Amino acid sequence: MLANQHVLEGNRLVNDLTSSNLKSSETGIESQRIIARYMLDLGAEASIHKFHRQLNHFHPLHFFSSPDSGIIEENYSCSSYGINTVGIIRAPRGDGKEAIVLVTPYNALKSGLGEALSIGIAYSVFSLLSQVTWLAKDIIWLVADSRYGEYAAVSAWLRDYQTPKFSSLSTLDAEMCPDIDNLYDLKVNSITGSKFSSSFKRAGTMAAALVLKVRNKSDQFEDTISIYAEASNGQMPNLDLINVVNYLAVHRQGLHVKVEKLWSLLNSSWLKILGEIFESLGKVAKSLNPKWKFGITATEYVEGTATLASSLYYQALGLPTGPHGAFRDYQIDAITLEILPKFSSDKVRHSDILLRGGRLIEGVIRSVNNLLEKFHQSFFLYLLTSPSKFVSVGVYMIAFALLIAPLPIVAASLYVDASSLGNCSKSDKSTPSASLDTDEHSITIGSWMWLNSAKLVFLVHLWGAIVSLIPYVICQIPDCTPTTSFMIWVLLSMLSFLTLYSVLASPLSCAKASQEKEWALVKSVTISSVFIGLGLMSVINFATAEIGALLMVPMCLLARPLKLDVRAGTLRSFSRMIGNLVLGLIAFPPAAFFLLKGMLDGFGSVNVGAFWIWVESLWAWNSATYLFIGMVHLPCWVLCIHILLHTC
Amino acid sequence: MKKAKKQEEEFNEELLLKPLPDRKVLAHFHFRSSASLSTSNGGHHHLFPKAISQLVQKFRVKEMELSFTQGRWNYESWGGFDPIPSSNAKPPGVELWAVFDVPQHQIDASWQNLTHTLSGLFCASINFLESTTTYSAPEWSFPPASGNLRYGTLPREAVCTENLTPWLKLLPCRDKAGIAVLLDRPSIYRGFYHSQRLHLTSTGSGSEGMVSGIILEQTLTVVLQPNSQRAGMAYASERHIQPSWSLTSIFGKQVSGTCVLAKSSNVYLLLDRGLVAELEHLHKENEKSAENGFTSQNFWTKPSFELSADPDRIFIEENSLHSKGSSVLYKFQVEKYSESEPFDLSLTWKIPVVWLSQQAPLHASRFLMGSGNERGAIAISLKSTQLSEGFMGANADDERCDLQVNVFQVVPWYVKVYFHSLQVFVNQQPKAISDIIEKIHVSPSKDKVSPGVMEMVLKLPCKVNSAALTIEFDKGFLHIDEYPPDANQGFDIPSAIISFPNFHASMIFLKDDSVNKSPLLSKFQEKSPVMSYTEALLVPLTTPDFSMPYNVITITCTVFALYFGSLLNVLRRRVAEEERFLKEKAAKKTGRLSLLLSKLSAKLRGRQWEPPSSPPASSSFINAKLVFKVILVAGLAVGWQYFFS
Repeated sequence: MLANQHVLEGNRLVNDLTSSNLKSSETGIESQRIIARYMLDLGAEASIHKFHRQLNHFHPLHFFSSPDSGIIEENYSCSSYGINTVGIIRAPRGDGKEAIVLVTPYNALKSGLGEALSIGIAYSVFSLLSQVTWLAKDIIWLVADSRYGEYAAVSAWLRDYQTPKFSSLSTLDAEMCPDIDNLYDLKVNSITGSKFSSSFKRAGTMAAALVLKVRNKSDQFEDTISIYAEASNGQMPNLDLINVVNYLAVHRQGLHVKVEKLWSLLNSSWLKILGEIFESLGKVAKSLNPKWKFGITATEYVEGTATLASSLYYQALGLPTGPHGAFRDYQIDAITLEILPKFSSDKVRHSDILLRGGRLIEGVIRSVNNLLEKFHQSFFLYLLTSPSKFVSVGVYMIAFALLIAPLPIVAASLYVDASSLGNCSKSDKSTPSASLDTDEHSITIGSWMWLNSAKLVFLVHLWGAIVSLIPYVICQIPDCTPTTSFMIWVLLSMLSFLTLYSVLASPLSCAKASQEKEWALVKSVTISSVFIGLGLMSVINFATAEIGALLMVPMCLLARPLKLDVRAGTLRSFSRMIGNLVLGLIAFPPAAFFLLKGMLDGFGSVNVGAFWIWVESLWAWNSATYLFIGMVHLPCWVLCIHILLHTC
Repeated sequence: MKKAKKQEEEFNEELLLKPLPDRKVLAHFHFRSSASLSTSNGGHHHLFPKAISQLVQKFRVKEMELSFTQGRWNYESWGGFDPIPSSNAKPPGVELWAVFDVPQHQIDASWQNLTHTLSGLFCASINFLESTTTYSAPEWSFPPASGNLRYGTLPREAVCTENLTPWLKLLPCRDKAGIAVLLDRPSIYRGFYHSQRLHLTSTGSGSEGMVSGIILEQTLTVVLQPNSQRAGMAYASERHIQPSWSLTSIFGKQVSGTCVLAKSSNVYLLLDRGLVAELEHLHKENEKSAENGFTSQNFWTKPSFELSADPDRIFIEENSLHSKGSSVLYKFQVEKYSESEPFDLSLTWKIPVVWLSQQAPLHASRFLMGSGNERGAIAISLKSTQLSEGFMGANADDERCDLQVNVFQVVPWYVKVYFHSLQVFVNQQPKAISDIIEKIHVSPSKDKVSPGVMEMVLKLPCKVNSAALTIEFDKGFLHIDEYPPDANQGFDIPSAIISFPNFHASMIFLKDDSVNKSPLLSKFQEKSPVMSYTEALLVPLTTPDFSMPYNVITITCTVFALYFGSLLNVLRRRVAEEERFLKEKAAKKTGRLSLLLSKLSAKLRGRQWEPPSSPPASSSFINAKLVFKVILVAGLAVGWQYFFS
């Protein structure tokens, strides 16, 4: 159990770090040296890991490639270095086949008290673990140099851990950079005999990883821990890891645990009303039979909905919400814990945070350590509604399946209607004396009519692929503001659309008769393609598919040429027309983005460049959502607009 | 080793203690029993364990070694060059190899029988080595190379006292007397490394391969942390001084006499080369400052540490090729001590001293590369230890100076290694395989039959800084009943063995009778190549959902039940009869109330009342009424409940 003695040691390190900050060393090498010295004092193996900043470049060919195929860049300089400090405790009686990773991001250049505190917590745990005898897995403590971002440092270390390069073409060694040389005079620790090494140290297969952060400025009224779990493409760590953290934090350390919420939803009145209805229903049910406990309070309902919405949103985005995302790329379960201490500034609070945070980390590490097998028993596919509640795949897939189930049925019925309508009109026009031969001919033509629409749909999807490739070209243009880039993108997209339309899609020169039903066939084929796209996406990233389906399914199902509705002139057709127009506006990806952003952050902050920045982050992180928007959503929207504007 | 003359049985017990650089102490117990196997006694012995002699005779074992190990030998701080690490540092779990003196076709059968016998003898699951997928036959890379060798490891075997007890039973005094008294279970299992080893050598007399003599060596190597260390941490001044220890402080027991059956019973204290060099250096400095001349003779009797007992003899390593000074060995004879005056060696440091253990020329580490459940790669990285430069310097001037490294690696069959993908990097430059690998022997794995074996001789330039070997593999699929109990942990790849045939781990002490008498010291003088083991690896393989069969059975049963139920229902049912039955029933049941109600409803709807025309309709009406009644009652109940609560 973490005792005061370890906390004192952690506090000492915090003080040393903060005082070395005051000295303001230029490269921050001093703090790395302090951390490494402390690690050596414990008898741990300390080493440093140098890495280069790797810029995220969009490369269409590398989109699906694994993270190891980083592009080697030759012209590195000393200035673009980051230095991770790694300490490893070998389990005294373990066989060294597995390891648990503890990560604390630390920016030596401008570190606040929060970062120093997170290192203090990690250090006090580390000093405890260097003495315990129950350790079965090695412990790796990575102090990630977050000057180029937390994620970059962690992913660089993981890349070197999992897929090292033995032939180094970039001949930049430690000798060229004098700063790093200074680290090497740490050498051997006289007390513990542990050695400092510049070579990369390893310790077995990673079982789990914890990223620990302390936010300095917070206005919480009690010590809070927030858990971030979403990795790239909506992958989640095993639910058991979150459960362990949540259980230990709530029941052992008395900390308040929270997960990310959409704050704007908390104040929405309609949710509150809905929640109150549920609450009263639950009350009635409970009064009837005290064993029925499905009722939840209105506030709980609203909070659960806000959490669920945020969980869905971050999974749909496909971007990792913290450095833990780098671990998920190698199938390692990882989460980020952010400790938000109660607002206070005295020293006593520091040791309290160190003690409670340290005990929590110790408990989690001990739980993982005691596991014989890696996490596999619990869920990997889930949406969180609170730190202790979740919606599992078996439940949320039903909603999604019901949402997209009408698509194939409608597509089939439209196709059948369109082909029978064609036949009927044909047979009406043809005189009864027409031979059976021509009738059969028309039937064969009619049954192949859908090919024309399929061609159109295919072309629009091709255009979608082109549109999603255009940013690669735009990136090559130097000095572009996001707004201009976005404008160029829109212009190029429209240009390519017009070219495609004029070159390939012009032969819409069918008979007038076939035009009447042409829109129905286009709609049918569109709906089937949307169905396929959504089905595929639900396997890759469920949340994206869910949100996409919410926008696209009503749009696809409602789409009907405006002319027809205008001609009909009834109230029903008028309301359908209005619905079509509104959906056509909302479902346009940039429009949807701006609307959502406006609703969440207020419309004042919305500008055109924001969308470009958002899209840039999507492709920089190889998010499948980008492909989904470019190749499923956008073509579907274009096709629906095509149907709306159809001349029939 | 050959004992030409007929010898009576002999038993020696020895203990070697050695301070390690990282404030730990190595204790190495060495028990040797030897016997001549003659039929004169009818196969009975005085001292020698009968089980072992029977085993040797039955399976014609020429040489055999079995080791149980817990923890890892820390090559970097505990050294990798001395005889102790190179012959006693073993991979975690169980390692067994044996050389048989039988014709080729009988070897496998002998091995399988041997594993079962040993499994029974040592209460361990050595019998898992019976399967052909777990053992291999190295051709030449394993040091006691011979065609009749079989080698197998069980990396996951847990080592416990239940393995130690049968091992102790082989000793004539067990742990009741002599040095073995020190083997206090809690203290030796608290250590950082624990390796219990059994080595058998039998010498044949030539004719008909009859076994004439057996030598059984039992060693136990433990690395312990002296208890005083934690207390000393508090004082900054004491932190630099190595911890002082005594036999009581590390084992909690002391030696109160010899095992009466033992021919010799000695305790040694070994100071390794690095420590001696450091002490000499400190001593010289002291000499300069204090000017009170110690001669090199009394340097060793008045060192910078204090021993509680006077050594009976001091051995100094005779021929140190290495610049690093020579190791020193203190000998204590236990015979001089008794129950009233127990032997409790203690060592107290007076001055702080820091030293490094001598390393093997290259430090080997092995790791897995890649991620995912499909493929990966094994990499062996060899890094030069700077310390080795000293003794390589002599021949480093030559243009063609080579450092020979033997690599022996066994890979289970479900890790499908592609041997063509072998890549070699020297000093971070990719090299052609033919330039570096002098000799290679590969026997590819056969699915579910035999593991893949790779033996290599590498010729690296002497000034090599780092070298790496990588080889790619695909992860195979196992049949559902081939998965071990904890399949989701992953699968082990046993340690690879890296040996350096050009370097011999030996310590040669002054030629003396007493050296030859001591089995431990004569063991030190043997020229055995420096060997080191790499880490065992854990490969995560795809594992099926083991509860799946249960789910499948459940759903299949449900489907079958539904299918057969409805089928039987359809077959058994007589539709016409049922309809008639219903009609009769309906006719009976259309009472007055229903007529009245239907009339009323008809009036309300403003239509002319029609008498119930068709019985099915009326029956549905009754059903609706029934439902209405039920709802009414339920509503009343709900209201009642709500009102009164």
